Amino acid sequence: MSTSVPQAPATTQASSADTAKVQKPKRKRRKFSPWGVVAWIVGLGFFFPVFWMVLTAFKQEVDAYTTTPKFFFVPTLDEFKAVFDQGVGTALLNSLFATTVSTILVLALGVPAAFALSLRPVRKTQDALFFFMSTKMLPVVAAIIPLYVIVSNIGLLDNIWALIILYTSMNLPIAVWMMRSFFLEVPGELLEAASLDGASTWRAVREVILPLVSPGIAATALICVIFAWNEFFFAVNLTAVQAQTMPVFLVGFIAGEGLYWAKLCAAATMAALPVVLAGWVAQNKLVRGLSFGAIK
Amino acid sequence: MTTIAPGSSEERAATRDSEHVERIKKAQDPGVSRAEGWRRRGPLLPALIFMIIVTQIPFLFTLYYSTLSWNLVRPGSRRFVGLQNYLDVIGDSTFWQVAINTVILIVGTVLISVVLGLLLALLLDRAFLGRGLVRTLLITPFLVTPVAGALMWKTAMLDAVFGIVNWVLSPFGVHNVDWVSKFPLTSVMINLVWQWTPFMMLLILAGLQSMPRDTLEAGRVDGAGAFQLFRELTLPHLRRFIELGVVLGAIYLVNTFDAIYMMTQGGPGTASANLPFYIYQRAFLGFDIGQAAAMGVIVVIFTMIIASFALRLIFKSFTGKEEAA
Repeated sequence: MSTSVPQAPATTQASSADTAKVQKPKRKRRKFSPWGVVAWIVGLGFFFPVFWMVLTAFKQEVDAYTTTPKFFFVPTLDEFKAVFDQGVGTALLNSLFATTVSTILVLALGVPAAFALSLRPVRKTQDALFFFMSTKMLPVVAAIIPLYVIVSNIGLLDNIWALIILYTSMNLPIAVWMMRSFFLEVPGELLEAASLDGASTWRAVREVILPLVSPGIAATALICVIFAWNEFFFAVNLTAVQAQTMPVFLVGFIAGEGLYWAKLCAAATMAALPVVLAGWVAQNKLVRGLSFGAIK
Repeated sequence: MTTIAPGSSEERAATRDSEHVERIKKAQDPGVSRAEGWRRRGPLLPALIFMIIVTQIPFLFTLYYSTLSWNLVRPGSRRFVGLQNYLDVIGDSTFWQVAINTVILIVGTVLISVVLGLLLALLLDRAFLGRGLVRTLLITPFLVTPVAGALMWKTAMLDAVFGIVNWVLSPFGVHNVDWVSKFPLTSVMINLVWQWTPFMMLLILAGLQSMPRDTLEAGRVDGAGAFQLFRELTLPHLRRFIELGVVLGAIYLVNTFDAIYMMTQGGPGTASANLPFYIYQRAFLGFDIGQAAAMGVIVVIFTMIIASFALRLIFKSFTGKEEAA
């Protein structure tokens, strides 16, 4: 570490990179700081409900119900088994299906649209962008009544395809804006150069542009997965038993105050785990998705 | 949408024989012929048409329904009543209470999570051992399925007898407080703040990390104290990010439904109901389609006011990238 400081001026990089190099070890050397301890405590505090949820999922019900919280116990998988007996399988498959198919649809519609709004912009690009975002800002509650009427009239009530269509429309604006921000990072000359070489636009896009934005596509997909998996409002109003998703399955646990916290936590863990993992993987791109690409 | 029919405007310009207009157009879109225009538009159209159909048509129906007296369980009750539903909604005292709840939830949650998010972002902007891990821990509440998070807060965290919160607070003389039924709106807000603080933290942290280090360095050389640096340099730089967090948070929080549904069902009475939950109750438990639709329209108007700020901010962030960086 310390040797890098005298070495830095010797490198042939730009001066700004040099100063960054010199600064970095300086910042890293102060590894232990009291503020670090504070950050750890707060971080663990925020994480605690999640930790407790996972921990309780491995308890017996007697261990889950204690006035003094129990941190040590004999772990068991009984409650996960009980959740499966209660039919979580269907809900898991429904969630998986709705999330996967809607995300594929979002990318299939959104990536070309983002391209048409960035590298090869159409006229009225601003208007189109504005339209996409404004759909995201209208409260869904104002649309739910006609949606319910329409969906039941075309016989899609309690049908997973109703959710797939709605999840696609829910995530498409985010995907368009987010992918656009990735496309805009691609140097425009690249596309020009490829076109001059005689390649068709489509080939240029496929062979030059798409590989460059593929990390962006992956991040966009993960964010769509998170939102689709977690969605509850449409799911609870438009599905019942057959097409219920994981969040709707959890509704079964609010009624009454029975002695089944461990089972509740097992079900909640199964609902939350996939998206938490997806979010951890995508965490560096999370801000970009949430701010419609406005913040990198 | 005007995007779909640009040919007509081109023709109009030509017939007007105004070379000036043509020249401006050429400059804006160099070398885009009509065929090329359609080739460019091609990739956009499927997404655009899909969104128009799925999102705009239901809203038109909502507008239409809001002029009807229509109860789902009374067949044949559907008839046109004009603006009567709106008058009924405005005269409904529950509506106003619920509207106030909605505002309290949004403003309270946004303010608290912005302040907490700012503090956390400042903590995370420092180098310490395991910083990445702490960040991962901190964003987790935002990722957890909201329904699952709300269930956890309702039961394991806030339960009167077995809840962790009461256990933690018991040394301070708090015993067996039934949070969810005694303070329903506060309980919901605790859950929402837990969920949204990570969002604000991420936005503000992105702001802090985009801050030019040399400005701070220059300030330090000039002998400014830590607090002065923060107030004079850091905070103005963060303003854009905080504003964005506030408006985006507000827009997402207008739709709060999961937490209320899972924790309180809007109760006791309507003490913790917000507008989405109340509309849901009126539509799906009361089957009063007309009034629910009218309330939906009112929520849309309310949201559009916030959204107009949001759109302006986001567009500014995009176009003003250089000056901000």
